[in-house]
Parts: sequence; C-alpha cells; structure tokens
Amino acid sequence: MTKRIEDLKITENTRLNKDIFILGLSGNSSLPEMRPGQFAQIKVEGSPGTFLRRPFSIHDVDYERNTFRLLIQIAGDGTETLSKLRKGDTLNLIYPLGNSFSVPEKNKRILLAGGGCGVAPLLFLAKYLKSHGLNADILLGYRNSERIIESGEFSAIGNVFIATEDGSEGEKGLLTDHPLLKKESFDVIYCCGPVTMMKTVAVYCRKRNISCEVSLENLMGCGIGACLCCVVETTEGNMLTCTDGPVFNINVLKW
Amino acid sequence: MVNLGFSIGDLRFKNPVLTASGTFGYGSEFDDFLDVSLLGGIILKGTTLEPREGNAYPRMAETPSGMLNSVGLQNKGIEFFEKNIYPRVSSYNTNVIVNINGNHIDDYVGLAERISRLDKIPAIELNISCPNVKMGGMAFGTNLGATRDVTRAVRAVYPKKLIVKLSPNVTDIVSFAQAAEEEGADSISLINTLLGMAIDTGSMKPALSTITGGLSGPAVKPVALRMVWQVARSVRIPVIGIGGIMNTRDAVEFFLAGASAVQIGTASFIDPGVSLKIVGGISDYLSSKGFSDIKEIIGIINRQGTGKS
Ligand SMILES: Cc1cc2nc3c(=O)[nH]c(=O)nc-3n(C[C@H](O)[C@H](O)[C@H](O)COP(=O)(O)OP(=O)(O)OC[C@H]3O[C@@H](n4cnc5c(N)ncnc54)[C@H](O)[C@@H]3O)c2cc1C
Ligand SMILES: Cc1cc2nc3c(=O)[nH]c(=O)nc-3n(C[C@H](O)[C@H](O)[C@H](O)COP(=O)(O)O)c2cc1C
Ligand code: FES
Repeated sequence: MTKRIEDLKITENTRLNKDIFILGLSGNSSLPEMRPGQFAQIKVEGSPGTFLRRPFSIHDVDYERNTFRLLIQIAGDGTETLSKLRKGDTLNLIYPLGNSFSVPEKNKRILLAGGGCGVAPLLFLAKYLKSHGLNADILLGYRNSERIIESGEFSAIGNVFIATEDGSEGEKGLLTDHPLLKKESFDVIYCCGPVTMMKTVAVYCRKRNISCEVSLENLMGCGIGACLCCVVETTEGNMLTCTDGPVFNINVLKW
Repeated sequence: MVNLGFSIGDLRFKNPVLTASGTFGYGSEFDDFLDVSLLGGIILKGTTLEPREGNAYPRMAETPSGMLNSVGLQNKGIEFFEKNIYPRVSSYNTNVIVNINGNHIDDYVGLAERISRLDKIPAIELNISCPNVKMGGMAFGTNLGATRDVTRAVRAVYPKKLIVKLSPNVTDIVSFAQAAEEEGADSISLINTLLGMAIDTGSMKPALSTITGGLSGPAVKPVALRMVWQVARSVRIPVIGIGGIMNTRDAVEFFLAGASAVQIGTASFIDPGVSLKIVGGISDYLSSKGFSDIKEIIGIINRQGTGKS
C-alpha cells in the first residue's frame, strides 16, 4: 500500500469527554485504501514542544464521504494542541502506515477488547469485519463512567459489554475480570489498550489456545521503518512496531 | 541553470544533498515520498561485520527541538547486506555510500575490504563517532591516536573514497579533522550526535534504556555549524556538514560556513520528502542571489571581514 504525505481538512472536532476527542478529516483527492489497525503520523503545528510527529490509529473510515476519523486522548502538549483544532483547519498526515488486524475465517467467535482510548482502532475493525460478514462481541473497559467513549456506534455493530473499575457502569472491575470472558469461548480476540491489560488478555488467550492479536503503542521516531526506535522484542528478534506492527499476534511477543 | 554538482576527488555528486546514516534506512523506506535517485547520494544505515540487535527499548526520547536516540547500530551484518540489500540499493541512480562501524580496528578493516568489492558502492563513511555502543564507535572518534590508527588502517585496504565521520564530543574538533586528513581521508563529515540524556520525572527513571544517547535535530545545529566552519577552514579535503538541517535555509548556512555538501538526518522523520525539497531550494536560493554555481558560495563568510577585533 502506498503511503502518502498530505494536508487534510478538519471536518469535525468533537469532545467525547474531558480528555478524549474525535477529529474528522477529509481529503481533497480520494482516500487511499486503509485497513483496521493502521495508523497516521500527524504533524502538530503550533506546539513548540512537539518536534516529532504523533501516531494515531485510524478510528473510522467513510470512503463515500471521503472522510475518516481519529479518536485522540489528551496525553501531553501535542494532543492538547490537536484538541484545539477547528473545522476548516488543515493537518499534515503521513498515512496509512503499519500492518492491520487479520480477518478470521467465517463462523469464528470473535471478541474485540478495548481499554481506554485503546478502543480507537476497534470501531474501524468492527465495521470491517461486519463488511466481511463477520460478527464480533465488543468488550470495553474504562476507569469510570465519565471516561466512557460513546458506545452507540459500537452497539450498532455488535453486542457491547462494559466494565468500569469503579462499577459506575457495566460490570465492576477490570476488563479482564468481565464475566463474558468466563462465560463465552472465543476463537479470536483482538485487543488494544494499556500494556498491562493487553498482557492479561494475552495470558488468558494462551491458556485457552485462543488466537490473539494486540496493537502496540511504542514510541515512534519516524513511523516508516527508518529510525529503528520503535522496536519490540519478539521470538524472531527485534521487530518494528511501525512497519512489522502495530498489530502483533501474541505468539511472537515475549509476554 | 545553476550548477549544484560537487566532487570528492574524481567521484561526482549531481547535487550536494545526501541523507544521513541511520535516518534514511536503506532508501526504500522513502520510495513513496521521493525519487531517491534525484538526491546527491544516500548514506545507508550503520553496518557492522556481525548482526547486531541494538539496545533495549526505549531507544528514543523527544527533547526540545530534537531527539535523543540510543539505537546502538541495529543491523543484520555485512553478509546479509551483501546478499539482500546491496542488489536492491544498486539500482538507485545516485551515489550509495555505506556507513561502517566496529568494535576493533580489524572490524573496520574487514568491512572496508568486503565493501570495496561491491562495484556500485563508490565510497564508505567511517563512523568513529557512534555514542551508543559500549566498545568502539565514539571511543575511536574522541581519541586522536585511535582516530589516526583506524583511518590509516582502513585507508590501506580501501582504494575508493573514504569519508571519516567525526564526533562532536571533543574539545578540539580541528585536530581530529586534520588527523583524518593526514591519514588519507578523502572527505570529512560532521557532526554525529552529541552525547546527552533525559529523565522522566513521572517514573523517576532515565528516558532511555541506556541512560545516555545521541542528540540530533535543530537543537544541535548551532554547534554543528560552528564545527563545520572550524574544520572547513583547516583542511583541504571537502567537508560534509550534518546536524539539525530542517530546510533550505539551514542547508545554505552550512555552505556559507564552508561545507561542500550536507546530509539531512532527523528532518526526514518529520518530512520524508524534505531532502529533495532542499535540492530544489538551494537551486532557487542561488538563482535569487545571482549565482550560477554552488561553489561560489562555499565558505563565503571567510572571504568577508568579521566583526571581531
Ligand atoms: C501505533 C500507535 C497508535 C496510537 N493510536 C492512538 C489513538 O488512536 N488515540 C490516542 O489517543 N493515542 C494513540 N496513540 C498514543 C499517542 O500517539 C500518544 O498519546 C501521543 O503521541 C502523545 O503525544 P503528546 O505530545 O500529547 O504527549 P507527550 O508530551 O509526548 O507525552 C505525554 C505522555 O504520554 C506518553 N506517550 C507519549 N507517546 C506515547 C505513545 N506512543 N504511546 C503511549 N504513551 C505515549 C508519554 O510517555 C508521556 O507520559 C498511539 C500510539 C501508537 C504508537
Ligand atoms: C535514529 C538515528 C540513528 C542514527 N544512526 C547512525 C548510524 O548508524 N551511523 C552514523 O554514522 N550516524 C547515525 N546517526 C547520526 C546521524 O547520521 C547524524 O549525524 C545526526 O543525527 C545529526 O544530524 P541531524 O541533526 O540532521 O539528525 C543516527 C541518528 C539518528 C537520529
Ligand atoms: S518509528 Fe522509526 S522505525 Fe518505527
């Protein structure tokens, strides 16, 4: 897939909660084909402390309207600056980058598990699987109900289960404690979120021989395989999160 | 038409913009963003005799106007290079240069001998300035005797063009440049990264797994420019300026200070097409100033009076 560097127009900037917002982007030429799991490297203008680009997963794509969306959590200066963008502003992106989640065979029981802003790539994935005739259950974990990232879009696609650490919505506890994981037997789990959560899910999957793919968020210098800064140790030696990943099957990770 | 060409001895470069080792992969990472063959040359990522896994993650930390890295020369070794990379890079219609690294003088010599047999590699860049390896690297580039020894040893076995890449982590950069020139270097490139560090106050730990790393980007440019100026007026061989070049203006500063060519490093991470834009930019700059050849501006500041009394 060819990568592009392009100025795109902001079509929306919607606050979902205190720290999380959605940026809509539209291309002047038609969008390249994108796959769930892939990401974009964004140049942050107007933030002197932000020198390198910032990576964000593709959250949702609408080829008909020629738009796509990113779901971003404010984590520091770069994301803070992005949160202030307005409709009509331009943003420079390098995209689409990285590999993507695999598509399982028909009749597999699929779970998408997302923690915090790790839900970002999962909406695109859920829609993509649906378009391939595959249904997935969706399990989302948050710290509390205030942190919940609008789940209406997910519930339009599949059954949504929620866990909050304080029990303010859904099941109380960590995502990995959710009864769904005890009750159901899944064949495939796709996971994105904090590393500790992904590691717990990986252990769960290993025990039960469930195929599991996780999306990693290593620090990136370039996003295109040139700097070798984003390495992850694997059973096949060092791999690059930006080009060999960000999606990895847990079988190759040394977790 | 403006003439942008430059040469190291009889090796011609179509323009004076090259890409810096470790920041441009093997070129193909950039094929979607620019036509690599239109650059003056590319310096491939640091190569060693044996494969190296490099240092543990995290290997990168952003710092004000720059970044620290401690990649530690991750590469698959010379044999993999000869078999898998060389056939691919030889199709680029520009000068493809290999950056060589070692723990011992013998490593550098072994690499130079093997690379001298590769027809399409007209030059090597001797990296005696990597701050991210325990042995070798910067240990050569910060010791005058070692700089002489390694340059002499490689010169003895390598008949093509030898570029020696200097470390800025020394007090008297000129003496290192002169030592390399005396031992037979055909060109000097500088600077490699400046040794630095950063600490994460949240976790109270160093930002890099190696604690210290190499600083690059605009933060190092004034230091790089000063060193290039000092070296260019003290040696007769061409000097290649490196360090924090983000755009045409930065590149032109290096020419005015005496560099015959420049390398673009960290800037390619932010704009992977920037090196080619700088080629066009230099041409426009020269035309706008009424020059027809880049040579006319190289080291021009030395021909004017200085403000110092
Ligand atoms: C492939 C990939 C996909 C990603 N997708 C998304 C996404 O869809 N939505 C989203 O909100 N975030 C995503 N991230 C994380 C996002 O890139 C970082 O949060 C962002 O770069 C922080 O920038 P900043 O300038 O605001 O913060 P900084 O000031 O750079 O850092 C603030 C804090 O965030 C931490 N941080 C910085 N970079 C990262 C990183 N790459 N991963 C984790 N923590 C980091 C720092 O350690 C620091 O503690 C993704 C990261 C990767 C590598
Ligand atoms: C991630 C990274 C990897 C590098 N690897 C090498 C290397 O393998 N060999 C080398 O001689 N220099 C290496 N360098 C140094 C650059 O070639 C260059 O000298 C330095 O970054 C300063 O230029 P810049 O500020 O334009 O990046 C590396 C720099 C970076 C940022
Ligand atoms: S971020 Fe540069 S190689 Fe992955």
